[in-house]
Amino acid sequence: MSAPKQYVDANEATLIARICRGDKEAFYTLVRPYEKAVYTAAISILNNPADAEEAAQEAVLKAFSNLARFRGEAKFSTWLIQITINEARVRLRKDRRHLYESVDDPRSDEEGDYFPRDFADWREVPSEALQREELRQALNRAIAALAPKYREVLVLRDVQQLSTLETAEALGISEGNVKVRLLRARLQVRDALAPGIDGTWSVGEAQYRKVRPW
Amino acid sequence: MSVIEMSCVEVWREISNYLDGEIDGELRARIDAHLKVCAHCTAILDGTRNVVKLVADGVEYEVPVGFSHRLYDKIRSC
Repeated sequence: MSAPKQYVDANEATLIARICRGDKEAFYTLVRPYEKAVYTAAISILNNPADAEEAAQEAVLKAFSNLARFRGEAKFSTWLIQITINEARVRLRKDRRHLYESVDDPRSDEEGDYFPRDFADWREVPSEALQREELRQALNRAIAALAPKYREVLVLRDVQQLSTLETAEALGISEGNVKVRLLRARLQVRDALAPGIDGTWSVGEAQYRKVRPW
Repeated sequence: MSVIEMSCVEVWREISNYLDGEIDGELRARIDAHLKVCAHCTAILDGTRNVVKLVADGVEYEVPVGFSHRLYDKIRSC
């Protein structure tokens, strides 16, 4: 029988060994590359910079005190994001339990289908249009308005560009659930942006730089 | 070749998977056949594709100024 697959890269393994011998500076070196990922995961749930920073920092400290439990069965970054997401979720429930459910759009019940609100055609909204503050703000508002369970999936998949599997591992849900929630999130953002899509946000004819191979 | 027809609702369920290339060839062919004759679903698909691109390019959460320094201090003092 083969040993379980290990995902820790050599540099990280060296750092982890140093940390286990008591080198705190090495821990900072280990987590530094993931600061942004950790902060982004936290804000995807908490929707507020101050809360996100607190949760992110607390999560990193928890990772430090629990490092001995990290077995390298997932990437270190995935493990760190998992801890961050748990920390953010605990805080969300504590602070805003009453809001957590009520912000859920009743139309987006996971058992049912999502029905788009309108069918406006907006084939051409090149990313150059993002230079328009109006569109950028509308996009951020649309994401902020999502229920946390949809926002966290959208941010991990479409902002952080994690794979479906990595997202599922980080959130502790199935890959099927990731896909269903991602669909809802994308369709809701599309609906939210729809009022401005009659060409308002299109600029020029510049070809859009492809970010994904479809 | 004939393909089994799909309803709009069935197409919407697969839009994300279609965009992410996470469906098999047979399902893709059925969706493509539907899109050819359905302007509504084509609009939804194009719009959703735009959302994915815009989110990837236009959404970024800047780490607050001093975040790293504060983190370093906390690690040192814990």
